[in-house]
Amino acid sequence: MPRFFTQDHEWIEVDGTTGTVGITDYAQGQLGDIVFVEVPAEGRTLAKGDEAAVVESVKAASDVYAPVGGTVTEGNAALTEEPDLVNSDPEGAGWFFRLTLSDPDAVATLMDEDAYKSFVASL
Amino acid sequence: MRYLPLTPSDRQEMLATIGVPHIDALFADVPEHARLPGPIEGLPLHATELAVERHMTALARQNTVAGEVPFFLGCGAYRHHVPASVDHLIQRGEFLTAYTPYQPEIAQGTLQMLFEFQTQVARLFGTDVANASMYDGSTACWEAITMARRVTRRGKAVLSAGLHPHYVSVAKTMARFTGDQLQTALPTLTGEPDTDTLIAQVDDDTSCVVVQYPDILGRIGDLSALADACHAKKALLIAVVTEPVALGALRAPGEMGADIVVGEGQSLGVGLQFGGPYVGLFGCSDKLVRQMPGRLCGETVDADGKRGFVLTLSTREQHIRREKATSNICTNSGLCALAFSIHMTLLGEAGLRRLAGLNHAGACHAADRLATVPGVELITSRFFNEFTLKLSKEARPVVRQLADRGILAGVSLGRLYPGEAELANGLVVAVTETTTPEDVAVLADGLTEVLS
Amino acid sequence: MSVNQSGWRPERPSAADAGAATATGNRALMLEEPLIFEIGSTRTTGVDFADGDVRHDRLGDLTRKTPIGLPGLSEPETVRHYTRLSRQNYAIDLGLFPLGSCTMKHNPRLNERIARLPGFADVHPLQPVDTVQGALGVINQLAFWLIDLTGMHGVAMSPKAGAHGELCGVLCIKAALEARGDTERRVMLVPESAHGTNPATAAFAGFTVEDIPATAAGRVDLAALKARLGPDVAGVMITNPNTCGLFEPELKEISDAVHAAGGYVYCDGANFNAIVGRVRPGDLGIDAMHINLHKTFSTPHGGGGPGSGPVVLSEALSPYGPLPYTARTADGHIHLIEEERAQEFSDEHFGGKHDSFGRMTAFHGQMGMFTRALTYILSHGADGLRQVAEDAVLNANYVLRRLEDVLDAPFAASGPCMHEAIFSDAGFPDGFSTLDVAKGLIDEGFHPMTIYFPLVVHGAMLVEPTETESKATLDQFIDALRSVATRAKAGDPSLKAAPHFAPRRRLDETLAARKPVLVWKDKAPLADAAE
Repeated sequence: MPRFFTQDHEWIEVDGTTGTVGITDYAQGQLGDIVFVEVPAEGRTLAKGDEAAVVESVKAASDVYAPVGGTVTEGNAALTEEPDLVNSDPEGAGWFFRLTLSDPDAVATLMDEDAYKSFVASL
Repeated sequence: MRYLPLTPSDRQEMLATIGVPHIDALFADVPEHARLPGPIEGLPLHATELAVERHMTALARQNTVAGEVPFFLGCGAYRHHVPASVDHLIQRGEFLTAYTPYQPEIAQGTLQMLFEFQTQVARLFGTDVANASMYDGSTACWEAITMARRVTRRGKAVLSAGLHPHYVSVAKTMARFTGDQLQTALPTLTGEPDTDTLIAQVDDDTSCVVVQYPDILGRIGDLSALADACHAKKALLIAVVTEPVALGALRAPGEMGADIVVGEGQSLGVGLQFGGPYVGLFGCSDKLVRQMPGRLCGETVDADGKRGFVLTLSTREQHIRREKATSNICTNSGLCALAFSIHMTLLGEAGLRRLAGLNHAGACHAADRLATVPGVELITSRFFNEFTLKLSKEARPVVRQLADRGILAGVSLGRLYPGEAELANGLVVAVTETTTPEDVAVLADGLTEVLS
Repeated sequence: MSVNQSGWRPERPSAADAGAATATGNRALMLEEPLIFEIGSTRTTGVDFADGDVRHDRLGDLTRKTPIGLPGLSEPETVRHYTRLSRQNYAIDLGLFPLGSCTMKHNPRLNERIARLPGFADVHPLQPVDTVQGALGVINQLAFWLIDLTGMHGVAMSPKAGAHGELCGVLCIKAALEARGDTERRVMLVPESAHGTNPATAAFAGFTVEDIPATAAGRVDLAALKARLGPDVAGVMITNPNTCGLFEPELKEISDAVHAAGGYVYCDGANFNAIVGRVRPGDLGIDAMHINLHKTFSTPHGGGGPGSGPVVLSEALSPYGPLPYTARTADGHIHLIEEERAQEFSDEHFGGKHDSFGRMTAFHGQMGMFTRALTYILSHGADGLRQVAEDAVLNANYVLRRLEDVLDAPFAASGPCMHEAIFSDAGFPDGFSTLDVAKGLIDEGFHPMTIYFPLVVHGAMLVEPTETESKATLDQFIDALRSVATRAKAGDPSLKAAPHFAPRRRLDETLAARKPVLVWKDKAPLADAAE
């Protein structure tokens, strides 16, 4: 399934009209040990760029933005008990939330994996 | 100057090391027009310790000391006996002159004390957790209201008519700027708190109901039905306790369903101090902890696996979240929290219960005695150590007249609610373990004379 | 002859015996101390009570029936518990406490004695006013000094701490804007280097916060600020001296530009210690400034409060300050105004325009801090306070110049600093950071400086020695910091494990935040108190 990336270090994997969102391995490395994640409630409508989730390390709190617009169908409940999943498996079990995309084509404006890799390399 | 160790030759040597000829060169960034050429004119110059002590002692002598006269004031600040060891311990330099424990390896004393304090407060309130303290009860109360807004995402708070009017005033000030809607009411001189009225006011827009326990007139009521009414509408119940000693005798608000319990901790360890510094207490349920304001101390381990304590969940706070913080609060009231905690440790559960029992017994005796004075009617039916009398005359001048006779008779409702004729004859009387039967007799005699 | 029958003779241990473990976990004077919940009992009390009835007859059905779980200790045990705990703390009484922006100076004990006089400590806030003239006198005299030292018009005494004072000042700005019907000004400009409280306060008061950039010299970028001013800007919040330890030389120009654009200037007074008696902030055109009495005027920090944050106000903002409130009238008199007299006073002295925004706290503010601060001020006098600022600045510049060859000092080239010197982690090898320097200093017997603040300097180390340190103490500190910095630059691995000699080694803050344990949970229920 195709995966896209933002300059704010979110990733989104698209399956039809459903997107799964998380933060990248680079982002978790920058944040350090994740201690708390607040995921959006089911049913919440997000526009592209909205503050969708909060991720906290011991000394920092960061907002996670919606890479594209849509309606939240599920937050990752496992992160409540195990926020460290974001460190150990950021682009897998450490996903943040799923949403139904309001415009499945909108992801085309995001970076693909290669573009993101070179973006990170440039930082 | 006795507090400045640098000698003139030190200063010269240091200026030479820095490479400037004169101290003025270090203030070169100050624009010329703003530079003061010398000490500000018209102000006194430095003074000896003896001279300052004389000056301040003269000011102190102009006040009537609570402990030297029959004294019956409460309404949010209570006079209790504080054991001598409390003040001795808080004056240890390692507590008194320490900073916020940002380097936990060398601040375990303050941190462990805060952990103990948090546990004591949570147990007293019947809440799951408590924070490391707030400025005082009034600001803790407002912080609880804003916390309820964050939790419920609703903007209407219902405040009991029995909430301390200064606490109401603080909430009104803040709400004016934050846009919160507050429903407030004036108390009436009736025996029971306004629980039923509050239950009727809770609706789907209500973020919280704020109820004081015991209330400003000393009245107490069961909070369980009110808690149920709040929870049925998904609103929070905030209980405010201005006299923590009461909870040695009364059921805890948390036990009756309050979601947030805040209070003024001044009664234990802190003393009257003309209104401050005091110590705000703040407890809540586990599930609300991330929306809680203020510092929190938590348990952890060090690199050797030894138990230790740190400030934690600090991402809620201003120094990290900046404009998204749960509150702009920066300090807690650490030293007053220490005094509270030491006093509570000295008391222990058995002592607190005994203290509360003595307070209540003294108050019952005083209420019965004062109710026999012609022109005095006891209003409050159930109370802890504070009750309200309705006098045959306006209470405020009565209090002034009694003060002239060396009796501090209580708090007139005219002082708390200026201009409210319905309340003008009300007098709130507090009795603690420091009140003697002789004090009560003197007050009864004084009231008899002034009211006749 | 008689031989040594007791068998006692001095012996010297060999080096190999050092560091032996103990059965108790104690290390001589360093004593481990359990929690009160582990050593106390709910049946024990350290307080004796008078004989007398204990009744519950007017509590109705609200009598507490369940155990509370509060352990008690006897008085000797209590004294020992807290004394042992105290010894695990660093404190200004033990040594230099160079926390930048926190102003950890000596706390004179005269202040403590005065605050405990029964005439101040044992007075109720609601006593009839005739019976508390001395207490009001303290507030008035302190207000008088604060107004004169800052060159401002009025002062709000009740705010409970610096951040509370900040809120007071920002609310004054909001009230003034509302009073003139100017409700479109929703933006508060805050420099990137500001204390976190500034944006938190502005947001709390309903303003949108926008950053103002800094120049390479660590000052507010005046041109950028001017470009942003407009009809939507309520004001700016500026710290002076700023959090890089530098005076803002263009503050008057900033104030003039903000005023010309219809806004107000809030000055964060956390660093007033650097300029007290040398500069009056009022001469720089500001509208409001809080004064941390616990910093500049040395009321004790007490392990995190209580603080006290009176706010001085310009003529434009004075009408809006909170109640109770003091103000000086044309006759030089200073008044204390509560709700009842507010209108009368307004009519008399403000042409009816006085419009206080209300109370910020119950009662009159931090009286116990007022008595201490006034005692401190009277001790120093106008000349001593000026010397305070001069020695504070001298000490900071001495530290700056004696360390700039071993630590990167990002603004050292732009001239002298004020009361604090800032350094960065530039030049440290990979894997070594400011944190390691801080922890290394702990082993050397010093409290670390402020670290990672302000955010505008990477790996910031902000050193504020204050004026109450002798040159000898500064030299010891400088030598210690030079040594630790040199070890960091050389990649000394032992520094990564520091502190080695503190009561605790580095603590697991991740564990504390992931699985918060905020209260003691009994392993077994405490014994119930005797009913």
